[in-house]
Amino acid sequence: MTTVTDGAALDAAELRRRVAGFVAEHDPAATPQQEFLAARFDAGLAWVHFPEGAGGLGAPRSLQPVVDEEFERLGAAPTGREGLVIGLGMAAPTILAFGTPEQRERFLKPLYTGEEVWCQLFSEPGAGSDLAALGTRAVPDGDSWVVNGQKVWTSLAHEARWGILVTRTDPDVPKHKGMTYFICDMHAEGVEVRPLRQITGEAEFNEVYLTDVRIPDAHRLGAAGEGWKVAQTTLMNERVAIGGHADPREGGLIGVVADIWRDRPELRTPGSHDALLRLWVEAEAARLTKERLRQQLAIGQPGPEGSAAKYAFSRLNQEISGLEVELLGQEGLTYDDWTFRRPEGVNFTKRGAGFHYLRSKGNSIEGGTTEILRNIIAERILGLPGEIRVDKDVAWKDLPK
Amino acid sequence: MSEADLLYTEIEEELRASVRALLADRCPAESVLARVETDEVADLELAKELAGLGATGLPVPEELGGAGASWREASVVAEELGRAAAPVPFLGGAVLSAAALLEAGGAGGEVLSGIADGTSIAALAVPLGTPPGAGYPSAVRAEGGLLTGAVPGVVDALAADVLLVPAAGPDGPALYRVEAADAARTAVVSLDLTRPLADLALDGAPGTLLASGADAERALRTALSTGAALLAAEQLGVAEWALSTTVDYLKTRTQFGRPVGSFQALKHRLADLWVSVSQARAVVRAAASTAGTGGAEAELNASLAQAFVSGVAVKAAEEAVQLHGGIGFTWEHPAHLYLKRAKSDAIALGTADRHRLALAALVDLAPA
Ligand SMILES: Cc1cc2nc3c(=O)[nH]c(=O)nc-3n(C[C@H](O)[C@H](O)[C@H](O)COP(=O)(O)OP(=O)(O)OC[C@H]3O[C@@H](n4cnc5c(N)ncnc54)[C@H](O)[C@@H]3O)c2cc1C
Repeated sequence: MTTVTDGAALDAAELRRRVAGFVAEHDPAATPQQEFLAARFDAGLAWVHFPEGAGGLGAPRSLQPVVDEEFERLGAAPTGREGLVIGLGMAAPTILAFGTPEQRERFLKPLYTGEEVWCQLFSEPGAGSDLAALGTRAVPDGDSWVVNGQKVWTSLAHEARWGILVTRTDPDVPKHKGMTYFICDMHAEGVEVRPLRQITGEAEFNEVYLTDVRIPDAHRLGAAGEGWKVAQTTLMNERVAIGGHADPREGGLIGVVADIWRDRPELRTPGSHDALLRLWVEAEAARLTKERLRQQLAIGQPGPEGSAAKYAFSRLNQEISGLEVELLGQEGLTYDDWTFRRPEGVNFTKRGAGFHYLRSKGNSIEGGTTEILRNIIAERILGLPGEIRVDKDVAWKDLPK
Repeated sequence: MSEADLLYTEIEEELRASVRALLADRCPAESVLARVETDEVADLELAKELAGLGATGLPVPEELGGAGASWREASVVAEELGRAAAPVPFLGGAVLSAAALLEAGGAGGEVLSGIADGTSIAALAVPLGTPPGAGYPSAVRAEGGLLTGAVPGVVDALAADVLLVPAAGPDGPALYRVEAADAARTAVVSLDLTRPLADLALDGAPGTLLASGADAERALRTALSTGAALLAAEQLGVAEWALSTTVDYLKTRTQFGRPVGSFQALKHRLADLWVSVSQARAVVRAAASTAGTGGAEAELNASLAQAFVSGVAVKAAEEAVQLHGGIGFTWEHPAHLYLKRAKSDAIALGTADRHRLALAALVDLAPA
C-alpha cells in the first residue's frame, strides 16, 4: 500500500477491483487485442510497478502477478506474444531505467501492445561471450550518430521495428568504457537483415549489416560512454524472463514426455522409467526454484540468481528432449519439417521431438552461455576471485582480435 | 493448486537466528568432534536448551505446551541442526514421534507435552531406513497389552525415555507407548557418528495403546512422510555448511601463486553446487509447507524432497572433502562428520530411488 490514487489504497483488492472494472468496460471478446492492450496500458494495468503514464501505477512489483492472474481469470490474458520477448523482457525495463520521458512516451506503449516488435543487436562475429569486445562503430555527426558494423545471431530482426543496439564510441579507452547504447530504427536506410539458417532448418536469427545508419541522438539510451552499464540492465532482465504467474507442475517439456509415457505403454522400458523419474524430480525442483525466485523478485530487482534459473532450465530442456527422442524409438528417427522458414517466435511445444532436441541446444548458448553463467554465479554470488584478466586496462583498439 | 510461500517469514528468520546462536555457542565443530568419541554422543543438555527456545514443540498445539505453529518453523530448526551436525535427538523425538502423536491424537498428548518442554525424549520404533509406503510393521507383536519383538537401527532410541512402537495387535495394526526402560536397547556402531542408532528388543514389555487399525496406519504414514520432509531440511543444512565452508576455504587457500578458488574448473563445480543447493531450498520449503497436512500433496512434496535433496547433500559433502585436499580427509577436520551424516541421511526414511518410485505412483507414471 504505497501509492494512493482516486483516494483508494493500491493493494491487491483494489487492483482486482480495477481489473474487473476495466474488463467490464472493454469486452475482451469484442475488442481487438491491440486496442484492448492499449487501453490496458492507459489504465496503468500493463505493468503496475512502472510509473503512471508509462503503463503502470507506481505500485509494488509484487502486485503485478495479482493483475495478470485477474486478467487471466476473466479470460482477458493476451495471447500470441512469443515474438515480443525481447521488447517486453529486455527493451522495456531498459527504457524504463535509462530512457528520457520522451523515449518512454514514444516506445513503451506500442511495445506493450505488440504493434512494434523489438530485436537485440548485441552479439557480433568477434564479440559473443565477451560482449564488451564489440566493434560496431558509432560516430557523432551533428545531432545524430553514424553507425557502421555487423551484428549476428539477431533473433527476429526480420520482424523488428526497433533494435536495442550497443556500439563502440571511443576505441581509445578500455573496452568496458567506450560503449554507447542506442535504439535503432530497423527500417532506417543502411540496415540490412539477412537470414541465418540454424540447426533446426529454419531461421529465427539473422545477420544485420549496418552501413552508414543515422541514429538521432534522441534515440541514445543513457549517456555516451555508459553503454556497458545500460547493457547490464538488459542482460539481467534477459536471464530472468520470469512470467507473471507460476508455471504449473509438468508445465514444460517434462509434461510432454510424461504424457507420452502415460499414453503409450508400448514405449516403456525400465531404464527410461528411471531416467524419466530423475528428470521429473529435477524439473519439479527447477519449477519450484523458479517460483521461489518469482516470489523474491516480487520484492526486489532481478539479481544474478536469474542466471542460475536460466542455466538450470537449459540443461533440463536438453536432457528431457534427449530422452523424448529416444523414448519414441523408431519415430525418433523422423523429423517434422526441415523447411527453411522464418518463424515468428519459438513455439516449442507445437513442434516434434527432434525439434525439441535441436532447438534446446540453443538454450545453453543464447542469453549467455552456460559457461559464462557459471562464472557469474561463482564470482557474483559466491564471491570467488575473478579470472586473471589480460584485457581490462588495455585500450579497445589495442586488444588482440 | 496454489503455490505455497517458499520464502522465509520474519518469524522464521528470528527463530533461525536464535537456534544458530545457541548452536554456535554450545555445539561448535570441535566439541562435536570430541563428543563422538565418548559414550554419550547425544547432547541432552543441548536438547534441553533447544526445548527452552521452543524449538522442539513448534507444531505442538498451545494447549499441550507447544508453540501452536507448524512444520514450516520446525523445518527451519532442522536446517540449522543439519548445518551444525548437531548430535541431538530431534529427528526421532520432535519430528517422527511428534508427527505420529499429532496424527494419533488422544492418549499421546502427555508425550507431546514432554517433547515440547524438553522433559521427555521419544523415539519411533521403526528402522531408520524404512522407505515410504512400507507395509505396517509386524516385527513386534502385541498380546494382552504386552509387546514382544525386535526392531533394528532405531534413531534416538538410546536417548529416549518413551518409545512409540508400531506392532501387530490382535485386531491388526496398533501403535503403543512403551517405557524405554522396559526395552533392551543395544547401541549400534553407526556410519553417522553424530546420530546414534540402537537395536531394540521387547520381551513382553507393557504397552499403552495409542491408536489402532486405520488410525495407527495413518499415524505411522504421516510420521514417515513428515519425517522425510523434515529430514530434507536437515540435508539442506548439511549441504549449505559444505558449500559455504568450501567456498570460504578456496578463497584463502593459495597454490600456483593464486587462490585455488580462482581456477575456473573449481568455480564451475561450486557454481553447479550452488544451483543445486538453491533448488534444494525451494523443494524443502515446499515440503515443509505441506508436511503434516496428510494427503497426496504432502506425500508428493516429501518424496520429491527426499528424491532431490539426498543427492545434493551427498554431493556437497563429497565436494567438501575433495576440494579441501588432504586436510579434508583427516579426522580432525569436521568435513567427515557431514559426509557421514549426508550419506546416512540419503538412506534414512528411504533412498532417493525408493522415493522416485513413490512419486511414480503419486503422479501416474507407472513402471515399464
Ligand atoms: C538461438 C540463439 C539466439 C540468439 N539471439 C541473439 C539475439 O537476439 N541478439 C544477440 O545479440 N545475440 C543473440 N545470440 C547470440 C548469443 O548471445 C551468443 O552466441 C553467445 O553470447 C555466445 O557467443 P559466441 O557465439 O560468440 O560464442 P563464444 O563466446 O565464442 O564462445 C565459444 C565457447 O567458449 C566458451 N567461453 C567463452 N568465454 C569463456 C570463458 N570466459 N570461460 C569459459 N568458457 C568460455 C563459451 O561458453 C562457448 O562454449 C543468440 C544465440 C543463439 C544460439
